[in-house]
Amino acid sequence: MTRPALRRAGVSRQLAVVGALVRRALNELSRVPGAAIPGVIAPTIFVIGLASVFGQADRLAGFGTVDFQTFIVPVGFLQAAGFTGAATGVNLARDIERGWFDRLLLCPAPRLTVLAGVVASASLRCLLPVGFLFVVAMAIGVRFPGVDGLLVALVLTMGLAAAIACFAVTVALRLRTQQAAPLMQSGSFVGVLFTPAYAPKELLAGWLETIATVNPVTPVLAGVRQGFVGDVTWGETWPGLLALTGLIGVFGALAVRGLHRYSS
Amino acid sequence: MTRVVLALARRAIRGNLRRPQYLAPLVIFPTLFLAVNVGGLTETTSLEGFPEVRGFLDFQLAGALTQSLLLGGVSTGIACALEIEGGFFDRLVASPIPRVAIVLGRLVATGLIAAVQVLLFLALGLAFGAEIVGGVLGGLVVLVIGVVAGIGFGAIGQTIALRAKNASTVQGIFPLVLVILFASSAFFPRALLSAPADTISRFNPLSYVAEALRDPIISTVSLAPSIEGLAAAAGIALAATGLSAVALRGRLRDA
Repeated sequence: MTRPALRRAGVSRQLAVVGALVRRALNELSRVPGAAIPGVIAPTIFVIGLASVFGQADRLAGFGTVDFQTFIVPVGFLQAAGFTGAATGVNLARDIERGWFDRLLLCPAPRLTVLAGVVASASLRCLLPVGFLFVVAMAIGVRFPGVDGLLVALVLTMGLAAAIACFAVTVALRLRTQQAAPLMQSGSFVGVLFTPAYAPKELLAGWLETIATVNPVTPVLAGVRQGFVGDVTWGETWPGLLALTGLIGVFGALAVRGLHRYSS
Repeated sequence: MTRVVLALARRAIRGNLRRPQYLAPLVIFPTLFLAVNVGGLTETTSLEGFPEVRGFLDFQLAGALTQSLLLGGVSTGIACALEIEGGFFDRLVASPIPRVAIVLGRLVATGLIAAVQVLLFLALGLAFGAEIVGGVLGGLVVLVIGVVAGIGFGAIGQTIALRAKNASTVQGIFPLVLVILFASSAFFPRALLSAPADTISRFNPLSYVAEALRDPIISTVSLAPSIEGLAAAAGIALAATGLSAVALRGRLRDA
């Protein structure tokens, strides 16, 4: 076999490992529905609930012509990413507690491939709650973001799920217990909601405006929201992509370091 | 009987302290949600129809407290389901103690935890600039209604655990908690809610509990909302404790 052919075979074997780990994560829906289904429907309930409760907030100057319901749907997308990413860490902690992860590390697959499988599963799994939310949002009259707006929103949401999964995996590898779940969930909660989630930046309280300005999830939210509230532009898209690259880079590096420490 | 109830309550509290992952969400998530609501929607107090308040934090404090108490109910249910899964419940049933003590023991523990939740959120509010306009009496009213409501939510969680028998199903009621909460006036004045929350909130007992918790914080203690809130909380507690006892009987029959 030639060297390129060997390399191709190696890559396909690694993709097979990633695929198997993704399938295992998706199987959780049928294996533990009581734990998985809430994560699928919670963002939708959150969005509808918030729109019903705080809907009149769009009468405030600053919202312009955008209704609160439409304004809040992109937050639901990112919450779905947050829930799924955190759940990935909790599931990994459970696997560590039960010894399954140690058995997984014995298999002849590179550590990075195992990590990629875990993180990729989060990116794909977040499409379930996002899809559910999107269908419900369209049904209740939220503005269609356009094909480009939807694609940009999906890419950014999946990227955020991967970043939060890396964060949650780092915590799981460090603490090795499901008791760390609140830490993983609150990390994603803070990341997603300490942004202009509920109102445009100029309407936020001073302290939240300051946090939102430095929060790297803020440009991600702006990127997801743009199609829902107006036109899709490259100027609103690239800051989100750049922020995600940074988040995945930092949390990914921490997760890789955690995995190496765990293995040794 | 009292000794058994207290012993089981002590055990339940120790169990909760040993599993911080079930207690932490009662504080962390309502606090974060409170911070986001207050920081994000602070300007809404200027909307027409919003009651006279010192600030949005004062108004939101009762919402956070209600949310925390509801999550306490879920936590009680999960703890009960874990005892069933782990076999402790069966050993408890085999021991010579009154059956009703099994239900009451955990509810006493839930009531004590609810008292801590109320005091914690009031302290948190005061620390960040809220004011309890109703004074000490107002604080006591909030404490009493909060404890009764906490016991009621705990009894609901326990009933579900006795029926479902596994923790993951009890955990699955979390979205339902969100639905009940959003379909009430816990977070925003009833007059400013949009459809369908505006209609449902009128029939949701949680609205009356939340408004009774809020009233002494944003104004002097008024009799009507306090009595309505206490009646709603007591109604939930009595009905849910009764259902819990029925669920226990059903479980004993199945065993």
